[in-house]
Amino acid sequence: MSQLTELKEAIRKALPDLDLVLGWREGYDALHAPPYHIRRQEDLEHLVFGPMCVNNLASQLMHLRGKKVGIIVKGCDARSVVELLQEKIVNRESLVIFAMPCKGVLDVKKIRRALDIDHAREVHFHNGTIEITSGDKTSSVELKDVLADKCLRCHYPNATEYDHFIGEPVEPRVSAEEAAADPAMEELAGMDLTERFAFWKTHMNRCLRCYACRNSCPLCFCRDVCLADSRDPHWQSQETSVREKWMFQMIHAMHLAGRCTQCGECERACPVGIPILLLKKHLNAVVKDLFNYEAGIDPTATPPLFTFKVEEENIKEIEL
Amino acid sequence: MMASLFIVSKDIPQWLAAMAKTRKVFATQRESGAIIFKPYDPGREVVFERESVTSCKEAVFPQTKVLFSYFVKKNPETGETAGVAIEESLNKPAPQAVVFGTRPCGTKGFLTFDRVFDCDRIRDPYYTSLRERTAFITLACDRPGATCFCHWVGGAPDDPKGSDALLTPVEGGFLVEAVTEKGEELVNEARSLFAEADEKRREEGAAVRDKAKGMLTPKPDLTDIGPALEKRFRDLDFWEDMTAACVSCNMCTYLCPTCYCFNITDESDGQAGVRLRTWDACMSQQYSLEASGHNPRPTRAHRMRNRVNHKFWYHPKEYGGVISCCGCGRCVKHCPGSVDIRRILLTALERKDEDAE
Repeated sequence: MSQLTELKEAIRKALPDLDLVLGWREGYDALHAPPYHIRRQEDLEHLVFGPMCVNNLASQLMHLRGKKVGIIVKGCDARSVVELLQEKIVNRESLVIFAMPCKGVLDVKKIRRALDIDHAREVHFHNGTIEITSGDKTSSVELKDVLADKCLRCHYPNATEYDHFIGEPVEPRVSAEEAAADPAMEELAGMDLTERFAFWKTHMNRCLRCYACRNSCPLCFCRDVCLADSRDPHWQSQETSVREKWMFQMIHAMHLAGRCTQCGECERACPVGIPILLLKKHLNAVVKDLFNYEAGIDPTATPPLFTFKVEEENIKEIEL
Repeated sequence: MMASLFIVSKDIPQWLAAMAKTRKVFATQRESGAIIFKPYDPGREVVFERESVTSCKEAVFPQTKVLFSYFVKKNPETGETAGVAIEESLNKPAPQAVVFGTRPCGTKGFLTFDRVFDCDRIRDPYYTSLRERTAFITLACDRPGATCFCHWVGGAPDDPKGSDALLTPVEGGFLVEAVTEKGEELVNEARSLFAEADEKRREEGAAVRDKAKGMLTPKPDLTDIGPALEKRFRDLDFWEDMTAACVSCNMCTYLCPTCYCFNITDESDGQAGVRLRTWDACMSQQYSLEASGHNPRPTRAHRMRNRVNHKFWYHPKEYGGVISCCGCGRCVKHCPGSVDIRRILLTALERKDEDAE
């Protein structure tokens, strides 16, 4: 039985007890698989699974509180679910998790740079390559060149929290140490403050304040009452100056310190390619350093910023 | 239309530089992989190979427009307000501007704006002052992509409507045709850069345009789209299903060349402040939030219903049947959830005889 058939079978059995199951369906071309809701058995015929299933479906869980929801997760998506459980935003009893071991998802922007994919009709994967038929032309590229960056350094391809595990677990692509070594972070760390300031200023200037990053984030739960839109209290001007845009992004990042599971949806959603995940990775590294904590791994752990100790092991109070 | 001219690709920067002497020029440039409209910078390459992520909306309808600035005067003795000094932004004339390299769909976005901001009922001076001073040099589309549907809504990859000059990419350069006097002027100012296009080039241009039209997928008949959407108005299950992938962000509206909604806010800093007009988006929860706390469009399904209905039902009803979507496909291509407005339209059409439960 193929992995997809097995998944469909598991959902088919669970569906009568659920309001809906979050999955991916075929999109407007072979490289896109938008999220959709499976409510009826006949909806299952649209279900797809593969490297084009990039969206983290956990982003929808907050909208669906109060419903009995099934969710299909990749390894990284499962970390978001775990974090939501840890923060008691989502109730485990109202959730059925279908875990899909994952070998990586596509970065469509990378593919677009490598190949003509204006009319991608068909996509096939074999022996580490992806073959795309666009219009009447078929071309291929090595999969490792077009997988999302996060997948190339993925240490968690298998969900740790689930009700149904579909197929066999896959080997992590890299070790935890290798996963932590991030060339983009190193590059940023190598810049002096003036260079870093210029780097962010250029990128932030492009921000549209469209909030695709915020709204795609599975853990950004203020949503409709975000301080970026609030008029009372009036935290931010509506002006689209680099100052306001940067301020918003910094607040967004700060609110995710030690909570972000680095699923990368914020950066993927950004229409103008701002590397905002770097901010979150940096804060996560700080949290790891101070509290030896990684978000979304252990459902029973308390995130460090949800508690406090009178004397922290790694934070030295200023001595008087 | 004046006779076809030809300009070689490498002379484009010179043409841009000539126009930039007396005008503000917006051109498509690449930043971190994204092609965006920015003020022309001679040090940066202008890229044409695909449609930009951002539309040229910013040139005429900036995301932030200062309507006026103010200063609240206080009586130093009592601290009471002693009047407000206001400085109108309209008193500073806008520079002449050129938008270079927008596609026909993006240029035509402003025809929708014109119907709303410059009509019998209203003439918005903040809009019209920029609109009148801006010229559009449009690039005909040579390879419409999977998300393009300009032809569904009355456009075409080489539609010159709204443009002042139209470029067609050919081997080694571009065919140039002035559409308006303004366009002719922009060509004549740098006339030495252009050669008369011979018959071979003109034929090549025609072939490029025909090929682009041939790449478009068959279009549906949208005559009944208004009534079809009306039938689905109360069918929230339909809208729930159609928006399952929507995260309710503002990206589709901000990238859209025809979305014209705005917010007006006073942004004070002590006694000084500005009244701003900034882009707003009907996909945001705050857009329809009323002062009472009631929100008539509480979910993304309600909000998407408004966005689609506005473009394909309400706007045509108000403005002589014209659909206010230009078919550029940005909302499909860049949507983080790949929500496809075409699928919404087609599904509504398929179910046009079906009453909501």
